[in-house]
Amino acid sequence: MQASMSCRPKWGICKMNQDLIQYLLRLGDSALIQGQRLCEWCGRAPALEEELALMNVGLDLVGQARNWLEYAAELANDGRDADHLAFRRDERAYRNLLLVEQPNGDFAVTVLKQFFYDAWHLAVLEGLTHSSDSRLQGIAAKAVKEVTYHLRRSSEWVERLGDGTEESHQRMLAAIPQLWRFTVELSDSDAVEQRLHAAGLIGDPQQIAAAWQQQVERTFDSATLPLPAPACHFYLSGRQGLHSEHLGLLLAEMQFLPRAYPDATW
Amino acid sequence: MYAQLVETGVKRLKTLEEMSEQERAFQEKIDAEIKIEPKNWMPDAYRQTLIRQISQHAHSEIVGMLPEGNWVTRAPSLKRKLQLMAKIQDEAGHGLYLYSAMETLGADRDEEVAKLHSGKAKYSSIFNYPTLNWADMGAVGWLVDGAAIVNQVVLQRTSYGPYSRAMIRICKEESFHQRQGYEILLTMMRHGTQAQKDMVQDAINRLWWPALMMFGPSDEHSPNSAQSMAWKIKRQSNDELRQRFIDQTVPQLELLGCTAPDPELKWNAERGHYDFGAIQWEEFYEVLKGNGPCNQERLATRRKAIEDGAWVRAAAVAHARKKHNKNAA
Repeated sequence: MQASMSCRPKWGICKMNQDLIQYLLRLGDSALIQGQRLCEWCGRAPALEEELALMNVGLDLVGQARNWLEYAAELANDGRDADHLAFRRDERAYRNLLLVEQPNGDFAVTVLKQFFYDAWHLAVLEGLTHSSDSRLQGIAAKAVKEVTYHLRRSSEWVERLGDGTEESHQRMLAAIPQLWRFTVELSDSDAVEQRLHAAGLIGDPQQIAAAWQQQVERTFDSATLPLPAPACHFYLSGRQGLHSEHLGLLLAEMQFLPRAYPDATW
Repeated sequence: MYAQLVETGVKRLKTLEEMSEQERAFQEKIDAEIKIEPKNWMPDAYRQTLIRQISQHAHSEIVGMLPEGNWVTRAPSLKRKLQLMAKIQDEAGHGLYLYSAMETLGADRDEEVAKLHSGKAKYSSIFNYPTLNWADMGAVGWLVDGAAIVNQVVLQRTSYGPYSRAMIRICKEESFHQRQGYEILLTMMRHGTQAQKDMVQDAINRLWWPALMMFGPSDEHSPNSAQSMAWKIKRQSNDELRQRFIDQTVPQLELLGCTAPDPELKWNAERGHYDFGAIQWEEFYEVLKGNGPCNQERLATRRKAIEDGAWVRAAAVAHARKKHNKNAA
């Protein structure tokens, strides 16, 4: 069953559809912003093999973002398409995780950011493969394969850098506090997600949080990195479009052409 | 081309009589179109020429990611972003593939990259030009990859086996890139606004001559060509390839509804080819010497990537060693 079919358009967009649109934007925006940050590495990676890997992961994520945003656009049915959602929304309308909009920093920050995201992302996607919505299920089933590889790669890098040289260990120790507070969003949920879960559309937020925590504990342990106490809420929320200052600049760059030439066809 | 002005270290061709027995057997193999493989005997100059040529080609793939990297964060739609990311990823793959082919000759990737960073090794002159609007992403695919293909199609028959096989694979991907680049331009010309059409013409105006220069100096000023041709590393002259590129590109240019910045470009029915104006070779040599618009930035970016990544590579090595020791214990 597709979610859109459960609603009768003449009564307006039903609540569940609105929830689902919100959720699709969260998934799509996070994948897109993470992909955009990976694009910034182009030509600057620490080794040629990493040029390939970073661009490859980015390519998967932007592809997934397109799938989520297309579905969101279809459900919203307000004349906007996926490109419009990606390139014409302001930062307050973006719903990505705060984590992924953070600057790339050095390779330690990039690796850790990717790892935190991947560990969450895989748990979320695995939940979605059991969705009662066939479209969600289908997109997630393809994405799970890609993200399984992303997580394998990023967790291996966390281990390499954590348990590599003294310098790499120090750099990882410095990266953790830079990113840790943003992980609060990877283990909490809101009413939208709880309703979607109750309706059988998405996985259990509690299970996702637990899976994330376990993965991080395991990888940090083998990387000889100390695990901080769980992060606390700090008055920003990607879900509500309350972002850090970095997102606006990222979007200014990413959205430049469609904004500057609104009538253009690319 | 992606490899321009490759030094052979040979002043004049030896006749078969002047060659040692080994050299003669080698040359006869080449003449019989038998591929040379890594473990076969080969003259040192042949080996060194190939190392220079393949490494230049690999460096060009890697440096060539930078002008595209300049726009990948600003691609105007999800589709265009995905296409450009995939193209850049292919180029990194080509670089990796070519460095591997080069290593079969006993060269070391890190050493050759160090030569690039010190300015000793070259890469294609074209990548020293800036990309200044989105149409450049189309024009680079169409003209630059297009020029590369004209050269590389011939290189599929080059005498060194691993290089030839690399070219076969790379050519397939390059022709895909070229079509994609052309499609970017065609979309802008057919469905775009006047501002977009102006971008396309502007991109062609800037990249046309540098693309023609990619084939290297004209034959009379190409001192290393004779030996490279005799060894069948190179199979057609710079001027022949350049002419072929122009002949196949002008109709595509007309289909776009654009012009080339060359008033002398016109069909010559007698020759059966397009005539074209004089190339500013001084610019070519200056760019090759390091005095082009972006030489400093391109090299600085590459150097910084490798320097900044030193601790990462060291950590990977240290971790692998720890793991190995743990497994051994």
